[in-house]
Amino acid sequence: MGEVEKSLAELRKTFNSGRTRSVAWRKNQLRALLDLISHKEEVIFEALHQDLGKHPVEAYRDEIGVVIKSARFALNNMEKWMAPKKGHIPLLFFPAKGEVLPEPLGVVLVLSSWNFPISLALDPLIGAISAGNAVVLKLSENAPACSSFLAKTLPLYLDNSAIKVFEGGADVGNELLQHKWDKIFFTGSSRVGRLVMTAAAKHLTPVTLELGGKCPAILDSLSNPSDMKAAVKRIVGAKWGACSGQACIGVDYVLVEDNFKSTLIELLKKTIKKFYGENPKSSKSNARIINKHHFERLRNLLEDPLVADSIVHGGSSDEENLFIEPTILLNPPLEAEIMTEEIFGPLLPIITIDKIQESIDIINSRSKPLAIYAFTKDETLKRKILAETSSGSVVFNDTMIQFLCDALPFGGVGQSGFGSYHGKYSFDTFSHEKAVLQRSFFPEIEPRYPPWNSFKLKFIRLAYNFDYLGLLLLLMGLKR
Amino acid sequence: MAAMEETKVGVDADAASRLVKELRDGFATGKTRSYQWRVSQLKSILKMAEDHEHDVVEALRSDLSKPELESCLYEVAMLKNSCSLAVKKLKQWMVPEKVKTSITTFPSSAEIVPEPLGVVLVISPWNYPFLLSLDPVIGAIAAGNAVVLKPSEVSPATSSLLAKLVGEYMDNSLIRVVEGGVAETTALLEQKWDKICYTGNGRVGRIVMAAAAKHLTPVLLELGGKSPVVVDSGINLQVATRRIIAGKWGCNNGQTCVAPDYILTTKDFAPKLVDALKHELEHFFGENPLDSKDLSRIVNSNHFARLTKLLDEDRVSGTIVHGGKSEKSTLKISPTILLDAPRDSLIMNEEIFGPLLPILTVEKVEDSFDIINSGTKPLAAYLFTSNKKLKEQFVMTVSAGGVVINDTVLHLSVAGLPFGGVQESGMGAYHGKFSFDAFSHKKAVLYRSFAGDAPVRYPPYTKGKLRLMKALIGGSILSAIFALFGLSKD
Repeated sequence: MGEVEKSLAELRKTFNSGRTRSVAWRKNQLRALLDLISHKEEVIFEALHQDLGKHPVEAYRDEIGVVIKSARFALNNMEKWMAPKKGHIPLLFFPAKGEVLPEPLGVVLVLSSWNFPISLALDPLIGAISAGNAVVLKLSENAPACSSFLAKTLPLYLDNSAIKVFEGGADVGNELLQHKWDKIFFTGSSRVGRLVMTAAAKHLTPVTLELGGKCPAILDSLSNPSDMKAAVKRIVGAKWGACSGQACIGVDYVLVEDNFKSTLIELLKKTIKKFYGENPKSSKSNARIINKHHFERLRNLLEDPLVADSIVHGGSSDEENLFIEPTILLNPPLEAEIMTEEIFGPLLPIITIDKIQESIDIINSRSKPLAIYAFTKDETLKRKILAETSSGSVVFNDTMIQFLCDALPFGGVGQSGFGSYHGKYSFDTFSHEKAVLQRSFFPEIEPRYPPWNSFKLKFIRLAYNFDYLGLLLLLMGLKR
Repeated sequence: MAAMEETKVGVDADAASRLVKELRDGFATGKTRSYQWRVSQLKSILKMAEDHEHDVVEALRSDLSKPELESCLYEVAMLKNSCSLAVKKLKQWMVPEKVKTSITTFPSSAEIVPEPLGVVLVISPWNYPFLLSLDPVIGAIAAGNAVVLKPSEVSPATSSLLAKLVGEYMDNSLIRVVEGGVAETTALLEQKWDKICYTGNGRVGRIVMAAAAKHLTPVLLELGGKSPVVVDSGINLQVATRRIIAGKWGCNNGQTCVAPDYILTTKDFAPKLVDALKHELEHFFGENPLDSKDLSRIVNSNHFARLTKLLDEDRVSGTIVHGGKSEKSTLKISPTILLDAPRDSLIMNEEIFGPLLPILTVEKVEDSFDIINSGTKPLAAYLFTSNKKLKEQFVMTVSAGGVVINDTVLHLSVAGLPFGGVQESGMGAYHGKFSFDAFSHKKAVLYRSFAGDAPVRYPPYTKGKLRLMKALIGGSILSAIFALFGLSKD
């Protein structure tokens, strides 16, 4: 595949020419991206419907809208982000100027995922462009309509000498990973995350890994019934309303006190019916499973007889249409795969406990998730959750919405990944923060230089303590 | 003490695994999260450094023949400064950062909460074995982590002193030292850590990152490179020369990651520069630098052989214009200057990490920028000039971890500037608050109320909802208000 070498060489040449560093170039690329989205909105809806059965509302909310928001935010803030930040310089070094200057890393690789095939490709791309890099974007083969659309259309709008798009599967991914990049940004599974980081290690390439995990929703007792209804609506929205459960920050499982399980299950059923009607399969608002491989993976999760027994709602599936009904399980065994692996599908286990505080132990017995959701009015519980658990993010009384907050870093910790993006964090993740110190030739501090003696030692000790008075006294011969 | 015995025997995979488990259990108790614990440990480090400065100086003399002033200054004083700053600022650093939320998540409030990563591993090098061991540990403790420190076996006196002092002064249930070499480091690297900080060379940096990849452990790699010094004409030559000498030979005799590695200057200016260097060198280190007490020795015979080999290379030895003397028995090499060694020689391609300073001449001073950018990105790049335009061009076009105009090495003392590399010279940064950040996870927290739910969020999806969705995300205030209050029912 000389294709990759050729592309890389061209990208390096473009980057070295300095073209991608100008504010004008960066902004033009982002504006072109906004044009692409606005001209091709219908085509994008069609591609997302084809790949995942997404309804235009979902497509807009989770993909198109996100990209528009991101691009606009970057356009409005770019000069601010690019400006050097002043660093505090001690008086001792006067006169001196210290600052931190962000600069592009160079030629970067963005590996995107199939579940949000438009936004998870374009959002990191926006970050890479804002920071002034040349980019290779590798799309997921699992979402072929979106991949094909982006591969054909991006070159029509963006600067091809600086931004290149690759389609394909693991073989293309592996080929790309053999080369030296200045940064790799990966969204996907922990398993592939390890492979990406291992490949990056050969070239000392820094990486950002946006992975996954089992994001729990803790549902405390809520005395106000409308609060309870709102909470359940948000949980349903975050399970089945986001790509049919195939979302890294979707709700994976729910933790609730035993006495509330019936109320919860009833409310869940009612809400599901309200959202998807009597027959969810015919609802246009329900996304599909991405492909046969994942369909079978999900169906297998339900094969375990103990798991199958715990189904209290749903459970049916239609292989031809890659449809799995919204399914609720009550207390499947904690060692079953459905409770040890990230589900990434429309199956919702409910785990009951005696006291809601126990959810903390259950969460901590698993690897750190990308998000923890907690519905509670108990301030003590909130503080406990914050202090005693670790996750990429925490949301109180809602789900998934942290994704829309540009001021919050979006990323994982532990097995859910490292690094972050969104808003300014996107710019930062594709930048090198270069420390710059400017000194003048005058004045000179003689004691800096050998040959060493005890006077110089005293002087420098005082200097290191920033003991200016002591220094003065020493210099005047008044300090022993 | 149990801790000391364990480290003396040498740590294998089992012992490493037990050590990590022990520290994880300690971390799980929540002890490291308290401000009190962190401050008390930091104060212990301060006390340790104050009480034992003399021992540190002795250990460094044994390991590196490091001059007392360099030890007091560049190891102990810098460490104490770093620690005092952390003690002073920790409360501030621990405070969650409130952030602005927008209409898309209204009503809500949000903050970013720093939390410890858990159990971290710090692997330190031999050239500043005291400072570069404890400085990252300060960051790790400030951020509330449990720490294992693995000091370099190439500086055994300091390694052993650290094991003893950490054992005496610090909370051993959460902070430990493991001594040893490659075998022990390998055993440690097989374990799952929440962060690894490695200071050293690129070859081992790759090994560390590959080991970390197995567990998806984030890494902070402080590596090296060939830090160039561009010297323009029309400058205060005496001051520039002294600063170059101080940064090169005055810092562990060139064995410093940010030491000026080589010089770039114009053909016309080179003779003046060489003369100035010779003159000041004699001032600093006397006529017989091999006898000077103000120069560190080369750390061991391996590196001594490596460095003398650089000089012995065929077309290189003829380019020596000053120095070139060495004494195997004392592992000393005198400050050596070379003029226009061949571009493809080893000395011009590998990080020197020693007292040899090649000067490369160019036609125009601007040509040096291309030469620098054609190599791998160094940890530091230096420029001496009075020309404002040249300064700007240098800062904008030369990529390095850090850049200093009209001085060398000094930026490491400025806590307000991040210290780290880029590309081959490393990833991540620390010093000052950057240390705290390097060992923290910045957790995003969003608080919402139960009210304020836009029905457009939920199925069943309709064209009307699409319209509203666009308004909400598009940000038109009026239509967003309509959407928020559910004023368009479907």
